[in-house]
Amino acid sequence: MIDWLLEPLRHTFMQHAFIAIMLVGVICGVTGVFVTLRGLAFMGDALAHAIFPGVVIAYILGGNFLIGALIAAIIVSLGIGAISQNQRLSGDTAIGVLFAGGFALGIALISAQKTYTRDLASFLLGSILGVSRSDLLLTGVVGLIVLGVIAFFRRELTIVSFDRTFAEATGINVWVFDQLFLILLSLAIVVSLQTVGNVLVLAMLITPAATARLLTDRLRLMVTLSATIGASSGVIGLYASYHLAIASGASVVLVATAIFTIVYLFAPKSGVITVAIKRKRHYPHPEHDIFPDDPAVQSPPAMTPPST
Amino acid sequence: MSIRDHDKVLNCRDLSVHFDNRSALANISTSFSQGETVSLVGPNGAGKSTLLRVLAGLLPATHGIVTFRETPIEGPNTAVVYVPQRTSVDWSFPVSVLDVVLMALAKRRPRGRPFRSNDREAALASLERTGMRRFADVQIGQLSGGQQQRVFLARALLQEGEVYLLDEPFAGVDVPTQELLVTIFEGLRQQGKTIIYATHDLLQASRSSDRILLLNRQLIAAGPPATTMTEENLRSTFGGQAIVPFTRSTEPAAGVLR
Repeated sequence: MIDWLLEPLRHTFMQHAFIAIMLVGVICGVTGVFVTLRGLAFMGDALAHAIFPGVVIAYILGGNFLIGALIAAIIVSLGIGAISQNQRLSGDTAIGVLFAGGFALGIALISAQKTYTRDLASFLLGSILGVSRSDLLLTGVVGLIVLGVIAFFRRELTIVSFDRTFAEATGINVWVFDQLFLILLSLAIVVSLQTVGNVLVLAMLITPAATARLLTDRLRLMVTLSATIGASSGVIGLYASYHLAIASGASVVLVATAIFTIVYLFAPKSGVITVAIKRKRHYPHPEHDIFPDDPAVQSPPAMTPPST
Repeated sequence: MSIRDHDKVLNCRDLSVHFDNRSALANISTSFSQGETVSLVGPNGAGKSTLLRVLAGLLPATHGIVTFRETPIEGPNTAVVYVPQRTSVDWSFPVSVLDVVLMALAKRRPRGRPFRSNDREAALASLERTGMRRFADVQIGQLSGGQQQRVFLARALLQEGEVYLLDEPFAGVDVPTQELLVTIFEGLRQQGKTIIYATHDLLQASRSSDRILLLNRQLIAAGPPATTMTEENLRSTFGGQAIVPFTRSTEPAAGVLR
């Protein structure tokens, strides 16, 4: 067993891979909490695909892929904002248009390269075994920036997500914090591209945060749990990938999904099976149940229609 | 009405608001003094919420000048507390009642540091005033509608503004909460706070306000409830739909226009 655990660590590339996946698990776990709470899953997926041309252009020009991705992310998020100003189109539609268009542009650009197939595969699925020391340093620095900014502005980010009217009324610039969050989200996605790839990065953002939400009603604890679950899924997934010889990105995501499924079924308070067992124990004869008052019944319906 | 100008907290001169080509408010000129409670009364679409949003600095006036303490309002002001009718809140959000109330202090405390224990005490005291202290640790979505309203009221109290703008605070809440609102209004009034609230309920407006503004895109009438809520004024505010069971007495009959 110990050998099973230690054997992969003998290789430098695996050590790098483990550090990288833990960093990504923590960065995406924390950022993902706000993604899930704001219902931005589609936006996250769109950003991951739409920054693709930025990464490809940076790669072709030999520039820094992080800067390329960031520029693309800013263009895309401003574009989504602009298109959804049109009252005939929803934000979802705007995301859909730019998401597919940006991704197509990225594929078109990379298909003109000689090493087309290999490059495309590593962009889409990640190449965790090729993480270098300098990649790790970059991931670490960017991760610290993302986590630091989230910690520093956590109140504003929370209020803007929870109660926009209150945010506006107390003078919090909602637009600025929306854009700031999208930039943080783009950074989190970009540093994850190498480890889990374009297609599966969404799972690292959504699945650990969703699992954590099932376990707690406290934001602070949700953030900690989400980061922990993200990092552990990464480590367990990498071991599985190494020993079973399956693709690392897929393996990590499958582990995260498995943890989610277990929690969904067996979480102490909200698990589907846990609740069913509890109900059986407390109300052995459901036909005689007297259910506690529904909160909706306690408050009378509005007597007056809303005014404008 | 001969109160000197510097007693006026809020002033509107020739205020008009247009949405696209539709006029929501036209030529409103009025002012609000320190320590008075004013109700805004009018039918749906009369512009009550629009007026409150302009005063809160959330909506710019299309024409005219709105001032707070003689300074033009150009955006939200910490001294002006706005409580919308039904907050567009994400009820499944993982925050406790206490967390929600503490949001009142978010802008006033240093960034990135946790709240101090006396902030927590202040938030709990505010919850005490609205009878919600024992729910401090409950997730916000677990509460009933009236309880949620009380939590937002506690948050508004902790904001410690000079002016409170409330949109339909009496709508859709149970009777104990309505009574609590009246008590809290009275407390704020004694502290010299200005309260401006919108309502459909003529009886409530006549009971708990010093002054009433009858509004239907224009300002129909303004003054103490007893002299303002005349049959003629109510007819021009509510149009033909109004059943105005007014007698010669100074109190309007119960159950009017509910």
